Amino acid sequence: MKDLRKHLEERALTLRRHTIRMIGKAQSGHPGGSLSAADIMAVLYFHKLNIDPKKPDWPDRDRFVLSKGHACPVLYAALAESGFFPVDELLTLRTLGGRLEGHPDMRKLPGIEISAGSLGQGLAVANGMALAARLDGRKARIYVLMGDGECQEGEVWEASMFGAHHKLDNVVGIIDYNNLQIDGFVSDILEIQPLKEKWESFGWHTMEIDGHDVMAIVEAFDAVESIKGRPSMIIAKTTKCKGVSFMENKAEYHGKAPSGDELEKAMEELSCIEMIEPDNKEGC
Amino acid sequence: MKATRQAVAPTLIEMGKENPNIVALDADLAESTGLNKFGKEFPDRFFDCGVAEQNMMSTAAGLAVSGKTPFVGSFTVFTIGRAWDQLRNVVAYADLNVKICSTHSGVSVGEDGSSHQPIEDIAMLRALPNMKIIVPADFYEAREALKASVEIPGPVFIRLGRPKMPQVYDDDYSFKFGKADVLKAGKDLSIIATGLMVRMALDAADMLQQDGIDAEVINMSTIKPLDEATLIESARKTGRVLTVEEHSIVGGLGGAVSETLSEKLPTPVTRIGVKDRFGTSGPYQEVLKYFGLTPENIVKTAKEALL
Ligand SMILES: Cc1ncc(C[n+]2csc(CCOP(=O)(O)OP(=O)(O)O)c2C)c(N)n1
Ligand SMILES: [Mg+2]
Repeated sequence: MKDLRKHLEERALTLRRHTIRMIGKAQSGHPGGSLSAADIMAVLYFHKLNIDPKKPDWPDRDRFVLSKGHACPVLYAALAESGFFPVDELLTLRTLGGRLEGHPDMRKLPGIEISAGSLGQGLAVANGMALAARLDGRKARIYVLMGDGECQEGEVWEASMFGAHHKLDNVVGIIDYNNLQIDGFVSDILEIQPLKEKWESFGWHTMEIDGHDVMAIVEAFDAVESIKGRPSMIIAKTTKCKGVSFMENKAEYHGKAPSGDELEKAMEELSCIEMIEPDNKEGC
Repeated sequence: MKATRQAVAPTLIEMGKENPNIVALDADLAESTGLNKFGKEFPDRFFDCGVAEQNMMSTAAGLAVSGKTPFVGSFTVFTIGRAWDQLRNVVAYADLNVKICSTHSGVSVGEDGSSHQPIEDIAMLRALPNMKIIVPADFYEAREALKASVEIPGPVFIRLGRPKMPQVYDDDYSFKFGKADVLKAGKDLSIIATGLMVRMALDAADMLQQDGIDAEVINMSTIKPLDEATLIESARKTGRVLTVEEHSIVGGLGGAVSETLSEKLPTPVTRIGVKDRFGTSGPYQEVLKYFGLTPENIVKTAKEALL
């Protein structure tokens, strides 16, 4: 058990390093929601998901849906580290002609299960995948990562009703609950609490965990496997920009690349062994 | 250099001081649209709806039907895309006084990529009865269009861009809703442009002049209702029309011009724009170039059209 924790924590650190290097190089992208989800992504890609990078279209594979598409840097890092494409390609993020679009494009890059970028749609897509798996008699499980701000979209709640109504126990939702969206704290902009009670009353098995404790994430994914007859939602309490102290819990780093001294400091904090030269561009 | 979206904050604050009926709504993009500044100035007249554009649009409808003049802000993919039915069946159908200051339009959104690069919005909105569409060429025209929109009854869509671009006009510019602006008279060819392509069309006309081609350049900033009289007069004079827009060639400015001319004065039209495909990530200068949205490509296309 101790070794698994160490292994996954190391993988999460690797994802954070890639995230900062990619966004730093591009001088564009969303560090906040990528870093807050790094531990969840490490558990999914290096422990939980039943996938095979050599057969990205294998019909029995588990599916991962990144509903909050702006956090794709951490997804790209997980896919590259899993062997879906070369790690070197990560530094082509957001460049013209590259495969690493600003928001994920399933027609460009292997391993992306669905193109995304418009918030609120991933859960419904996951429900559709879950229905297909059931119709085809496959054991695949469908994981979907959403933002807490994203839960303000009405479609999330339409999909919530649908998932429970159709007893989609092969769907596992994860909410990256960092209490930040673009314009500020979620609790200041548009409160989503009481969140656990909402999902429960909509018919979902609901858990609350520490989204930076890799073993808590592992245990939650294991625990929901035995839930039958209804879908599961894991509310993961996180810190936006987790891992880079001066960026943590600040709305301004939602979609801003660190530059200059900041970038150097961020890379030092994550002990990025290889430093990068950023491409100088105008900000957002 | 200034972006058209930068006109939102100062203009709305200025208007808000005189007109207490002006209110603003945003959907978690208030810093990008500039409406957060309006919110600081008038905290009780600003509503950040969170990531919930559909709710924002219908709430604006409720405010409008109760005598307020709501300005609704977000990125164009979301104001038009996510909130389409609210815009169609609530706002436009009832001809409600909702003003949409829609930023991050076209492929010049850049790095965020195709999911965030609307290229179909003008086409969709043109087909919507009661809707008016303004695509300002620069910061000054955006400012004047925002001011004018309050005087125009019913829904108005103002298509604004993300990047800082060179200007076409100056501080003294007076915008006339529904009136095209002939920026340069010419006799060989009419270049009809809109949005950030207007500056590039002027630059292209300079280059063409050096090669002995005398192009007329028209800023068609109001796309609906279209200034048909100015268009027809120009087409009659030159006999050859080139449209230039940062939008799909399907249904946008090129579509509007072609439809009008084919009924009223059949004239050969060549359309420059995004050729029925989605956008792509990259720095906006590179993306514009990739889609041929440059003065050089306007020159090349104009010469081919005149062969
Ligand atoms: C439909 C839609 N509206 C608006 C946006 C712009 N946007 C991108 S990220 C974001 C905030 C998301 O906050 P949250 O879901 O909490 O994500 P996280 O904190 O994990 O980054 C917004 C409004 C979008 N991508 N899609
Ligand atoms: Mg959040």
